[in-house]
Amino acid sequence: MRPAVLKTEDLTVKFGGLKALNGLDFELCEGQFLGLIGPNGSGKTTFFNALTGIYRPASGNVFLHGKDITGASPNKVYGYGITRTFQRLRLATSLSVLDNLIIGNQRNLNFGIWQNIFDRKYFKSQLKEQTEIAEDLLRRFSPDLAALLLKPISSLSMIDRRRVEVCRALISEPKILLLDEPSAGMTPDETRALMDELQGWRAQHPTLSTILIEHEMELINKVSDTCVVLNYGEKIAEGRYSDVSNNPSVRAAYLGED
Amino acid sequence: MSQLKTQLVILIGISLSVIALYGFLYLEHEWEIGLLLVALPVVILLLKRANMLIYYQKAARLMPRFTLVSFVLGVLVLILLLRHEHFALLMLTTVLLYVTVSLGLTIQFGFAGLVNFAAIAFFGIGAYSMAVLNHYFHAVPDLLIILFSGLTSALLGALLILPILRTRGHYAALITIAFGILLRTFLEVNDVFGGPQGLKVDGLEILGWDFADSFPSVLGGGSFYMAYAIAALLLAAAAYLLTRLIEASWFGLNMDSVRLDEVASASFGINAPRWKITAFMAGNFFAGLAGAVYAAMSGFIAPASFNFADSLLLVSIVLLGGIGNAVAVIPAALLIVVLPEKFQVIQEYRLLLFGIVVILILRFRPSGLMPRGLRQYFTGNSA
Repeated sequence: MRPAVLKTEDLTVKFGGLKALNGLDFELCEGQFLGLIGPNGSGKTTFFNALTGIYRPASGNVFLHGKDITGASPNKVYGYGITRTFQRLRLATSLSVLDNLIIGNQRNLNFGIWQNIFDRKYFKSQLKEQTEIAEDLLRRFSPDLAALLLKPISSLSMIDRRRVEVCRALISEPKILLLDEPSAGMTPDETRALMDELQGWRAQHPTLSTILIEHEMELINKVSDTCVVLNYGEKIAEGRYSDVSNNPSVRAAYLGED
Repeated sequence: MSQLKTQLVILIGISLSVIALYGFLYLEHEWEIGLLLVALPVVILLLKRANMLIYYQKAARLMPRFTLVSFVLGVLVLILLLRHEHFALLMLTTVLLYVTVSLGLTIQFGFAGLVNFAAIAFFGIGAYSMAVLNHYFHAVPDLLIILFSGLTSALLGALLILPILRTRGHYAALITIAFGILLRTFLEVNDVFGGPQGLKVDGLEILGWDFADSFPSVLGGGSFYMAYAIAALLLAAAAYLLTRLIEASWFGLNMDSVRLDEVASASFGINAPRWKITAFMAGNFFAGLAGAVYAAMSGFIAPASFNFADSLLLVSIVLLGGIGNAVAVIPAALLIVVLPEKFQVIQEYRLLLFGIVVILILRFRPSGLMPRGLRQYFTGNSA
């Protein structure tokens, strides 16, 4: 068994009286591709927000490589090598693709006043380095995208925006990638293309662990190693897709059967 | 485009704008200014139709340093031409000082997204620091005093950081409004700073040159405002250069990112408070510097010189020009400062007019007269 990278124990997030996540125990192994499914409002995005420090859990713990990182700020979580995309794209639309990617690579930027404002030669070399990293990433992820490097996000199509958002999460070479419903707003063909690119990337980076939130059951079936099903903030099933999809409580949650 | 041709295009463009600037400052009759106001947009439109404007913009983007130096030299020539015109020089100096403050607002509002309705308060802090420091520390060179005044303004502004970081949008704006009013009231009731009667301020003396003297006769003599106009010009140029350097670095990138989406920024390790504080301090520093030069020039300051209405004026300069575009504040400051002086009729209805102007801009040209372009780090085709 591969080692566990991320683990949560009894993770609970409350909004007033509502438990959006209720005592979730969860484990993600190195290199694993885990599908996180569940009906609307079942706590999937809340789980991501609790992991990345946007929400503070009411109780329970999050462990990264056995180290307790519960309640760490988003800045810290990024520093630990966990990056994410958002269900509704959160790119800086008036900035270029390059700028958005550089934003994703904060960790490797030098923020000295001297190196930024006064030593422009040095800054130029930094910019060149970042441009090369970004261009190389785009070329490896999705070859056509490299031509759009200097275009503003606002001039890009939906699928290209999704690609840029995924690339922004990948550029800092994270250990864990959290994808929040990347198929939202895209056609099935576009989603398939994006997933193929993602699988290609994973083949090159076998230690990258991924959690994918998705509504599309077919998609989960195709790409994920295992899946976890949430309903009302609780885990109701877990395992291979074929087992989970036949689980009666999962069918009940999705189809409303008793 | 060859280098020589690029330089030529820039020189022609700068000369034309300096001539227009000269007209604005020199002409006195309302009908003359009115004619200029009608002629200018027509000329600009014609140049745009003939694709000349694009040509100039490309050239200026290609050689920004050359453009800045030519503009500064152009305005210097203008100052020499206007050397006997007290009033025109006073207006020019005011415009340049307002440009400096507006560049500070561009960093705060245009880059980091912090609305500051207390610009004139920070300008005032700079002015009062100048008055007090220059009076008590005569041995300290005036250049240092100006610098200290800017720093005082930035440091007192730090008082606002905590409440501003804990609020968003409109509420942060309200805090700055409250600060502006508080400061004015504090100055009025506090006798240490002269109360409502204000303070006398000593003039500047830099490198042995007393600004109160008329201009050296070797250079043909002239109004004592000349020295201040030159000082304000150099200050505005330095502020412009610094603003552009901030914009074209990771600092500017992170400020933009924080403005556009704070949650996404945080998820990529951007420390939003750090960049808001940096932008806020830098902007107030600019305002303080400008305030110090203003105080020395006017020779007298009082709380009444720093009204909330002036803060609104400064914000409307940024709105009119184009939020986040450093170049745009120059024409915008010119229009907003000079027009009411030239049209005495307007004077009384100044605020009413600005209200209308702001509404019209927000309705028809929400990104200003000269909208900000894509971020650019260096000239040429590279990124």
